[in-house]
Amino acid sequence: MSQPFDVSRRAAVLGAAASGALLWAGQGARAQSGQKPSELRVGITTFLSGPASVFGVPARQAAELLIEGINRNGGIGGVPVRAFFVDEGPGADHLVGEYRRLVQNEQVHVVFASISSGSCLACTPLSTELRKTTILWDCGTQRIFEEAKHPYAFRTQGYGTPEILAPLLYLLKTKPDFRTLAVINQDYAWGRDSWELWKAGMDALKPGVRVVAEMFPRFNSTDFSTEITRMLALRPDVILSTSWGGELVTLVRQAAERRLFERSTFVLPVAEASMQPLGRTMPAGHIIGARGDHWNNHPRPKDPDALKRFVDGYRQRFNEYPIYPCHHMAQAFSALQAAYAKAIQAKNDGWPNDQELADAFRGLSFDSPTSTITLREDGQGLEDQLVGLSSHGDRFPFAVPRDMVIFPAAMVSTPVGQKSVDWLKSLKTDILEKVPAPIAS
Amino acid sequence: MGEWFAENGLLLGLAGLDGLSYAALVFMVAVGLNLVFGVLRIVNVAHGSLFAIGAYAAASIGLFFAARGLPPAAGFAALLLGAALVGGLLGPVIERLVLRRVYGQEEVLQLLVTFALFMILEDVQKLVWGVQPVSQDAPLKALGTVEVPFGDDTIPFTVYQLFVLPGVALATLIGLAWFLRRTLTGRVIVAVTTDKEAATAMGIDAAKVTLLTFTFGAALAALGGALASPTTSLVPGIGASTIVLSFAVVATAGLGQIEGAALTSLLIGLGRSAAVYFAPELEVVVPYLIMVAVLLVRPQGLFGVVETRRV
Repeated sequence: MSQPFDVSRRAAVLGAAASGALLWAGQGARAQSGQKPSELRVGITTFLSGPASVFGVPARQAAELLIEGINRNGGIGGVPVRAFFVDEGPGADHLVGEYRRLVQNEQVHVVFASISSGSCLACTPLSTELRKTTILWDCGTQRIFEEAKHPYAFRTQGYGTPEILAPLLYLLKTKPDFRTLAVINQDYAWGRDSWELWKAGMDALKPGVRVVAEMFPRFNSTDFSTEITRMLALRPDVILSTSWGGELVTLVRQAAERRLFERSTFVLPVAEASMQPLGRTMPAGHIIGARGDHWNNHPRPKDPDALKRFVDGYRQRFNEYPIYPCHHMAQAFSALQAAYAKAIQAKNDGWPNDQELADAFRGLSFDSPTSTITLREDGQGLEDQLVGLSSHGDRFPFAVPRDMVIFPAAMVSTPVGQKSVDWLKSLKTDILEKVPAPIAS
Repeated sequence: MGEWFAENGLLLGLAGLDGLSYAALVFMVAVGLNLVFGVLRIVNVAHGSLFAIGAYAAASIGLFFAARGLPPAAGFAALLLGAALVGGLLGPVIERLVLRRVYGQEEVLQLLVTFALFMILEDVQKLVWGVQPVSQDAPLKALGTVEVPFGDDTIPFTVYQLFVLPGVALATLIGLAWFLRRTLTGRVIVAVTTDKEAATAMGIDAAKVTLLTFTFGAALAALGGALASPTTSLVPGIGASTIVLSFAVVATAGLGQIEGAALTSLLIGLGRSAAVYFAPELEVVVPYLIMVAVLLVRPQGLFGVVETRRV
């Protein structure tokens, strides 16, 4: 007789616990109200482990530095900012759970996600599901806003298409006679996607270029000797590599040691972050990009003092120059400050709820030290691209660009509603006439 | 077929040279792992960390020497010093404090323990050396390059990769074979590898042998890392990519087989290089295709022997 009672009591207890848990979870998922919080909670996903931590850790350092500065000046809308960092290293599946935890358990007001395109593709749909404003602060995949609408997601920097098209246009302007090309990219989404973008643009603007080698070494490779030997034997006019981090450093070092740079012109769209560890090893006269316009030697930044303050502040604190993920993090915080200011003003000094904050981001213009970035109606940011030829001088102990061309974002970005590859295939050579003249430096 | 070779013979020659240096590095890491498994019967995931820490240590010592104006030749001493320090210090500590506690335990537990160790050591690397690429190429630059004829052209190769890496790997193979077969300590190690129970019953101190073997294996992993350091850039995660390939070599070679590790490394090195030239899409899978092909024919590995199950 007692058993049914026991079972039902256990069931009742379990039921109560489950209901409580559901209520608690529901509480977490509930949209943030418009009440001014005691702290502005920002969830930041970045690589803290694995090879991409060469980007992720400097970005976290930049975030900490920026938050300190913001809080010293009274926070955002008078509310101090607090960051919750999450490691992207364990992969997209893990990150999806972490995203939910940030929103539901930590009750963050905004999420900054992520470095990896795979992470962004996994997390961005959650921004719609959980109605949480999400700033895509570094990932570059063009697929995000071309394949779906994400009303709560905004990318506060450029993306793959302009980052590839700008160096291609630079190459076509400065070395128009090239006839052969080899590609050596990392064997993962970015390596493959960036090659598809480049090939589509190159075939449209300079048909007939012979691709003599397409090589995609294993991600996180530590040796490119064989690929270098093959390229030495093939002698392509141009070698494209969108590789980054330690792999790009290794590729450049091994290629320089074996004088491959003397036989071919390299195009390295993601070179900037690898220039410091390479130092003087990076040969001069090759095309280098920075995933944006934020080179430390920008020839005419919009706010030179702000750029100097940021670069010097970062250097003093971490004993190295900031690299592009640091600048992207600064752009994300600048956008966050501008959006809150806009939303608070629109609400007559009231604190915005999730929907009102997301509304403020649409069409938002915000400043970076080098330019002004505007978010389009699809959520994509328009960031200029600065490309130049590697050079060495006395100011920096590593290569920086000379003969720089600042490509206006709108010129090299896929129009809203179109797919990048289709748009690149439709390009006509008259785009070359619109390329701005190099800036003497 | 003959026509194909006539057309591509020169490229095959280049691929062979690249394959040799790659095989040398793979062998240096895999042979240590193989040796350790032979004696300890533990699949040591942390072997990749020893490779990475050996590389970082050698690079740091090399940079230290360079900063003090020592000649480039000192860079070679840095490689050996880095390997000896990591093997001699970390090896005994790991064996005594961690591995000794899981001998004879379930394989899953052993794997988990060495994996945990791997994760801890990964964080230690980040703590000590940071996340930005570290490189030190004094030994590479000291030796310069050599021009290899290629038709009417020449292809520059670094002397370090063409001669030093294969040379050290060959010396290690010969030295190790001699040590294991011609010295008392080596024979004791072989005895424990073959039948630990019988060896112990005959008075061999198995605990000492395991300590010695693990330290030796750790030093080989660290030496592999140290030798790789002048040619590459050291970043978080290099240990992980190394260990995966090493496992493929060990499984293909036959567990505990030194010559098998050498032959497998050579097969993988040459196969991978040939793939880069003639079928780049297969480059990543070549080591594993070789492993599958060998294991289908010889499940015990190239040089492995079929063991009778003991009850």
